[in-house]
Amino acid sequence: MIPTPDLSHLTKEDYKHVYEPAEDTFILLDALEQDADYLKSLNPRLCLEIGSGSGCVLSFLGAVLGSTSALYLGTDINIRAAQATVRTGLQNKVSTSALVTSLYEGLEQRIKHQVDVLVFNPPYVPTLEGEASVAQDGRDIAGAWAGGTDGMAITDQLLKNVGGMLSPRGVFYLVAVKQNDPEGICVRMRRTQGLDGEVILKRRAGGEFLHVLRFRRSE
Amino acid sequence: MVRLITHNLLACHVKGCDSNNFPLTFSDAEVEIRETEYNAEFLKGFFPKLEWKALVDSARQLGDVSLPETPPIDYDSNEEFLRALHHVLLEIHVQEGSMICPNCKHVYRIQSGIPNMLLAEHEVAGR
Ligand SMILES: C[S@@+](CC[C@H](N)C(=O)[O-])C[C@H]1O[C@@H](n2cnc3c(N)ncnc32)[C@H](O)[C@@H]1O
Ligand SMILES: [Zn+2]
Repeated sequence: MIPTPDLSHLTKEDYKHVYEPAEDTFILLDALEQDADYLKSLNPRLCLEIGSGSGCVLSFLGAVLGSTSALYLGTDINIRAAQATVRTGLQNKVSTSALVTSLYEGLEQRIKHQVDVLVFNPPYVPTLEGEASVAQDGRDIAGAWAGGTDGMAITDQLLKNVGGMLSPRGVFYLVAVKQNDPEGICVRMRRTQGLDGEVILKRRAGGEFLHVLRFRRSE
Repeated sequence: MVRLITHNLLACHVKGCDSNNFPLTFSDAEVEIRETEYNAEFLKGFFPKLEWKALVDSARQLGDVSLPETPPIDYDSNEEFLRALHHVLLEIHVQEGSMICPNCKHVYRIQSGIPNMLLAEHEVAGR
């Protein structure tokens, strides 16, 4: 058992602006833990989490792989989330780095075929299209969940380029809910990115049917 | 904590700015040195992902001249070299300051050790 990262430094005040780890976070941690041996066997050196929020997942990944074994880099559009990512790393003795950016903007040119482990627990809740773009511009807590039509407005922007980012041995973990059409995402990723995807974990929690998808290059 | 390992992965992404846009030039950098555990396997594994010249030049901007212009052929077994690389990549932190695009001069701010790469809407490429 790998313990859930210590988040005792984050307060109610922080969680007014930064996504508090919830069932979607925890299913992702469970998936990473289930894959721990596989992940270690890849010897990942560059781990990138998009939308790292509290930094819980990135610190957990550091615990799985070893705190000095890789660069643990998180991006978030929300400044407070980027700060929380760094603080959570310090609290858990994983030196996480954070950038304020949308998706991977600013990294695109240099991380072509370089990312060994890519993780995204996106804003996946279906909302009106306008609600998602207002939330994106707000760069605050609403941006953590508002996902536009099918909940895929933000995720789709990342999916377009995952094949271009992953290193030859790279792997990508994505959280999705039923309404996002996980099976359809896998089909699309095979067609457009040449990546094989599968649902590696799913569970019902509250009103949501959560899935963790894993993508890798076809053999 | 912007370390040079992260800086080495950042390029300007202003719309239309796609040559001579890397590495970003540090300006008014407040540097802090924080020791961290040495891991040779990590350094050897990350080495192929680095843009060497950009790393050396950026380290020099921050006052560190310990890296050679070209990496030694035995880079993966040369401990003195790997120790210097460890220090430059992971122990030099830029806490405040900015990074400026050598091409379009766009300024990316670093605040409390976190670079802000967000652009205003009209500067964004490909949307
Ligand atoms: C569901 S939360 C997940 C947070 C954390 N990774 C976790 O699992 O608990 C989604 C996160 O993505 C961030 N986010 C939303 N849109 C983004 C974008 N365009 N680029 C980067 N991050 C984004 C939000 O600010 C939020 O922190
Ligand atoms: Zn530029």
